[in-house]
Amino acid sequence: MSKVQIINGNETAAMGAKLCRVQVIAAYPITPQSKIPETLVKYVESGELAAEFIRVESEHSALTVCISASTVGARVFTATAANGLAYMHEQLHWAAGARLPIVMALANRGLGAPWTIFNDMQDSISQRDTGWMQVYCRDNQEIMDSIIMAYKICEQLHVPMMVCFDGFVLSHTVMPVEIPDQKQVDAFLPSYVPHLQVDGPEPININPVMLADPRANAQGVSCPSYMGFRMRLQETLESAGDVILNVGREFGEVFGRSYECLLWKYRTEGADTILLTMGSLANEASLAVDALREKGWKAGVVALRVFRPFPAATLRQALSKAKHVVIFDKNISYGNEGATCTETKAALFEGGLRPTITNYIVGLGGKNVAAADLEAATIKSVEQKGQVSTPQWIGVAV
Amino acid sequence: MASKKDQFISACATLAKGEAGNTGEWRAKRPIIDLSKCTPCKKQKDTCYLCWLYCPDGTVKRGIPIEIDLQYCKGCGVCAQVCPTKAIRMEVEEQFVLSECVIQEEVE
Ligand code: SF4
Ligand code: SF4
Repeated sequence: MSKVQIINGNETAAMGAKLCRVQVIAAYPITPQSKIPETLVKYVESGELAAEFIRVESEHSALTVCISASTVGARVFTATAANGLAYMHEQLHWAAGARLPIVMALANRGLGAPWTIFNDMQDSISQRDTGWMQVYCRDNQEIMDSIIMAYKICEQLHVPMMVCFDGFVLSHTVMPVEIPDQKQVDAFLPSYVPHLQVDGPEPININPVMLADPRANAQGVSCPSYMGFRMRLQETLESAGDVILNVGREFGEVFGRSYECLLWKYRTEGADTILLTMGSLANEASLAVDALREKGWKAGVVALRVFRPFPAATLRQALSKAKHVVIFDKNISYGNEGATCTETKAALFEGGLRPTITNYIVGLGGKNVAAADLEAATIKSVEQKGQVSTPQWIGVAV
Repeated sequence: MASKKDQFISACATLAKGEAGNTGEWRAKRPIIDLSKCTPCKKQKDTCYLCWLYCPDGTVKRGIPIEIDLQYCKGCGVCAQVCPTKAIRMEVEEQFVLSECVIQEEVE
C-alpha cells in the first residue's frame, strides 16, 4: 500500500532510490543535498536497503565508482549539487559516452565564486552538453516519481539522467509525498540488464581509443569509428522523448499520476501571453498567471519538465498561439542570455513563429522570486512589445 | 533504439597484443628482467606473473622464463612497479638504440 508522508525533497530522493532497490551508491556531501547520502547510509546500515554505500574522497570519485558499478551491471545512484557537479564534469561525459544508465539526484545550487550555497540552476545548465538527460521537478512528489521513472527510462535507452530540483526551495521544504508501494515499484521496474557483458568467457577492453575511421583490430575484426558513437548517442536522445512519454503514461496507469508530458502547462487555453520557466518557479508563475487572469489577461504557464532531450517540437506547438513569451531563467550563459531563452528561440525559428520574447534572469544565488515580480515583469515586457534584446535582471539589490 | 547488436553503443576491443597499434615505438624506458630474482624462474613453477596480469598492453608472456615483446612494450613501467621481488628495472631506451646501431655498424 502506498502511504503519504510529510518529508523534504532530499528525504524524498533517498526514499525514491531505495524503492528502486539501488545496489551501489557513491556520493560526497555537499549542501544542499547532503541529507540524501546521509539518509541512504541509514537505510544501508540498518539493513533496510541491500546496497553498497561506497565512501569516496570527492565527487569525481563518486561518479567514477558509479561508472564502474554500472558497467558490471549494478543499479547505481548518486547525488550532488553545484561545485560538486562541476567537479564531476569529466566523468559526466564518460558516463554518457559509455552509455551507462546512472541516475543522479541534483539539488540545484549556484556556483562560486563568490561563494553561495543557495539555489539557482547554473550548475545543471552548465552540464547540458554532457549527454545526460535532465528533468526538472516542481515539487517533492515529482522528485519521487521522476527518480522511479528515471531508472526505467535510462535502462531502456542506456543513457544517464539528472533529476534536478531546486536546492532549499524543495530539498529542505517538507510537503506531503505519496510513497509508492514497494511491490508496485518492483513490478514497474524490470531489473537492469547492462548493454555490455564484461564477465563473459573472453576479457575485453572497454572504451579504448576509437579512431576517426573504422579499423581492423588485432584479430582482424572491424572496429567502428569514434563519430559513430557520438551520432548514436544523439539519435538515442532524439528518440528519448517517446520513451519518456511512454514511461510517464505507464507510471500513471500504475500509480495514478501520469507524466505523459515533456512540458507542464497551466491555464494555457486561449492564452496569448506565456510565462516560460522550469522547476519550482513554475508554481510562482502559476500564481502570477492567476493574478493576470483576474485582471483580464489571457496568460498561461509553460514549464520545461524535460530539458534534455530538448522538447523543441512540443514546445513549438505549445507556443504556436502565443503573441508574447516571457522567459524566466535561473541561469545565464554569460555573454549571451538565459539558456532556456536561447533554446526556445531556436525551437520557434524552425516553425517560423515570431512572438515577442523577453528574457529575465531571476533568483540567482537564492534570491527570492515572488509571483508579483513575475507578474510585473510580464506586464512590462508586453507593454514594451519585447523590444529589449538583452536579458533583464530582476531582484538585483545594490 | 538500443540493442545488443548495435556496435555504436558500447565501445570495446579484444585484449590482444598490438590492439592499440605499434606501441613499442613510444618506449623511452625498457624493462630489463633479472631472472635470478624472478619468482617463476627461481621456483621453476608457474607462479606470480603479476607483470603479465598488470601489463596494459598484454606484452608479457607467461612462462619460465617470462618474456616481454619489445615491439609492443611501451615502457610504462607498470610491470616494474608491481613486481614484488623488484626483478624488473626500467632503463633508458636510448642506450640500447645507440648500442644496437653500433653493433650494426660493426657488422657492416
Ligand atoms: S613496461 Fe612493462 S607493463 Fe609497460 S608495456 Fe612494457 S612490459 Fe608492459
Ligand atoms: S612480477 Fe616479477 S617476480 Fe613476478 S613474474 Fe613478473 S618479473 Fe617475475
